Amino acid sequence: MVGEGILKGLAETARNFFGSYVSKERLTTVQYPEQRLPRIEAARSFPFLVYDGSDWQQGMRCVGCQICEKECPPKCILIEKSKDKKPDAVGKQQFYPAVFDIDISVCMSCQICVEVCPFDAIKMDVDVDLPTDNRFAGLLLDKQQLAKSNEYYHGIHPTEAAAVDAALAAERAKAQAKKPAAATPPAAPPSAAPVPEAQPVGGESK
Amino acid sequence: MTASFLILALLTVAGTAAAMGLRNAVHCVLALTLGFAGIAALYLQLGAQFVGLAQIMVYVGAVAILAVFAIMMTHKPGQAEASVFSSHWIAGGVVAAAVFAVLAWAIASSEAVFQLLPPQPDVTVQKIGDALMHRFVLPLEIMGLLLTAALIGAVVIAMDRKEETK
Amino acid sequence: MTQVFVQLDQIFVIVKYWLLGFVPAGWQPLVSAIVSVVTVVIAFPALFALVTWFERKGLGRMQNRYGPNRAGPAGLFQPIADAIKSLTKEDIVPLAADHVVHFLAPVLLVTAAFLAYAVIPVGRNMIVVNLNAGVLFFFAVGSVVELSVFMAGWSSRSKYSLLGAMRAIAQMISYEVPLVLASVVVIMQAGSLSTVAIVERQAGYTGIWPHWFVFTPWGFVGFALFMIAATAESNRSPFDLPEGESEIIAGYYIEYSGFKFALFFLGEYLGMMATSGMAITLFLGGWAAPFPFLAWIPSYVWFFLKLLALIFGFIWIRGTLPRLRMDQLMNFAWEFILPMALFNMLVAGVWHFMPPGIPRWLVCIAMVATPCILLSMRLKRKKKLQLRTYQFAE
Repeated sequence: MVGEGILKGLAETARNFFGSYVSKERLTTVQYPEQRLPRIEAARSFPFLVYDGSDWQQGMRCVGCQICEKECPPKCILIEKSKDKKPDAVGKQQFYPAVFDIDISVCMSCQICVEVCPFDAIKMDVDVDLPTDNRFAGLLLDKQQLAKSNEYYHGIHPTEAAAVDAALAAERAKAQAKKPAAATPPAAPPSAAPVPEAQPVGGESK
Repeated sequence: MTASFLILALLTVAGTAAAMGLRNAVHCVLALTLGFAGIAALYLQLGAQFVGLAQIMVYVGAVAILAVFAIMMTHKPGQAEASVFSSHWIAGGVVAAAVFAVLAWAIASSEAVFQLLPPQPDVTVQKIGDALMHRFVLPLEIMGLLLTAALIGAVVIAMDRKEETK
Repeated sequence: MTQVFVQLDQIFVIVKYWLLGFVPAGWQPLVSAIVSVVTVVIAFPALFALVTWFERKGLGRMQNRYGPNRAGPAGLFQPIADAIKSLTKEDIVPLAADHVVHFLAPVLLVTAAFLAYAVIPVGRNMIVVNLNAGVLFFFAVGSVVELSVFMAGWSSRSKYSLLGAMRAIAQMISYEVPLVLASVVVIMQAGSLSTVAIVERQAGYTGIWPHWFVFTPWGFVGFALFMIAATAESNRSPFDLPEGESEIIAGYYIEYSGFKFALFFLGEYLGMMATSGMAITLFLGGWAAPFPFLAWIPSYVWFFLKLLALIFGFIWIRGTLPRLRMDQLMNFAWEFILPMALFNMLVAGVWHFMPPGIPRWLVCIAMVATPCILLSMRLKRKKKLQLRTYQFAE
């Protein structure tokens, strides 16, 4: 007979219809703004700037080298390098970005800026709560809006952040070990001179 | 000569006139459909429900669609035309006027028009059905047979083509 | 006590005559017509709004989703939000479109859909106009829809809309024949084309069992065929080829936006509700209560309850079945629905001339079941699809 399969199908949809009122497990929809799924570690939305310590201006890892600005395919990053230097989180004298803007209406979340950054200063966020009522100013994030603490970074990407921290610590330890060796022969003031050797700031000289 | 008759008559005449005068063939069919609908409304106004509704069903529902399909199957798309109205509207108008004159002459010369007809009893659908099933049952059957033959003929023609292309 | 129920049943009729008391006698026919028409033009779009919500909720639940639940309690204000959205959207007309025809198509569609309600009795003494040939009027108006579909598809100057219109017209013509033939059995039995007379013929009960036409062998088959053909007529799933989203995006109304699009939507739902209303009138006893002890509930409540039940059936089918292929659609119409409708007319004749009793039931059921089984066997036969050949393209 024609219609046997149709009746089976109708029974199935009827079971779904009534079942969805009886058992809550059937309804897998997450009511988004009120309920949220746990953040996914391997996700990415838009870049942010990592800072160490508690003060975002002082602890910012970015030294304004502008590599990411040059590499960014859609050109959504604007950096103006500072004229002066100021101490970073570990007390070294560094340049810093006077202006660091990312237009996330242009950004395509490609992560190239993260890959080229020699200082682990720029990382990908997982936050998606970015709607604003102004599509121009509201989506142009400045330095302060972009700055997020290292703890936040650990919160969203624990594995990756631990690896970055370990690498940074290793580099610092190496620099610490080299510093006495490099500092003793010329007996020069060790404050500014070892910086080029300790960390590859090659971005500017290239 | 009531207001509704005037409106319907104007609609019918305007529709059929546009069907003669317009340039785009599909527009002509649509205008002609308006004329059909106006005639159907006139039938309804005269109390002939069955004829009026059959007119809508057959002419607006089927003949118009058929005409539109025929035009789209045969019509060659030309260049964009500047004028909305066809350049042959004078010829069309002359033909229409001639047909109208012949019909008007035929009606005016018949004597039935000027006799006062006795008031007709209200013709219901039931009565039409009774007439078709009793008095006119033979013509109805013959027409049914004819239409069935035409239908089968159409199917045969369509099937033959399929065999050829195989 | 019964007086109260009669008053409640006739409340709209009473209110109308009370209103008519305020106008001079010469104007009363006109005002009466306007009052009836305005009621229909307000009530059924309101029902349409409710039905869109109902459909989205129902479909959602069938797919284990919530459906709309943000605007208002349980998402009930969603139709209002949709209406505001479509009213404020930009009305884009394609540059190459035939502007006049493009504008007229949705207007004609909605007008035809509204006209169909003129002959549907929504309650005792509640009908806009009791035409002598009411059923014929309904089908005549329904055939105008095809023309508006063609106008929409042709005037948009878009391949997709023309393809959609072609599909829609082919489908509508194919299924209009069985739609009319399926309702002919009722006309044969009732002996009238007037919808009010058809409803009156189904009044009365045997015990608690109503005398609806659906509870007879030919009536049941007629009802099933009518509903299948009505689904195809209103271009709903599984017969929604004319607007198949995955192939031709939205079919004949793809080039419409803003409120004209909403009008197409409205026309489609009005058509669906009108054919459902006609099915109720023809087969389900119109506004009559299903059991004699429930007859105190007002007649219009019963009509709208039946309407909602049929619409739920449409939604249920939509939530279950996938879309048919074009050849399946046409084969189904011409190889199953149409012969079944013709056989059904024969069965209705046999039923009319046999004396009432068990033998009549057995003979009619056998006469209905045999062609149904044979035709469905024929339909299920494996078909060998041949290579598509083109007559003009090569």
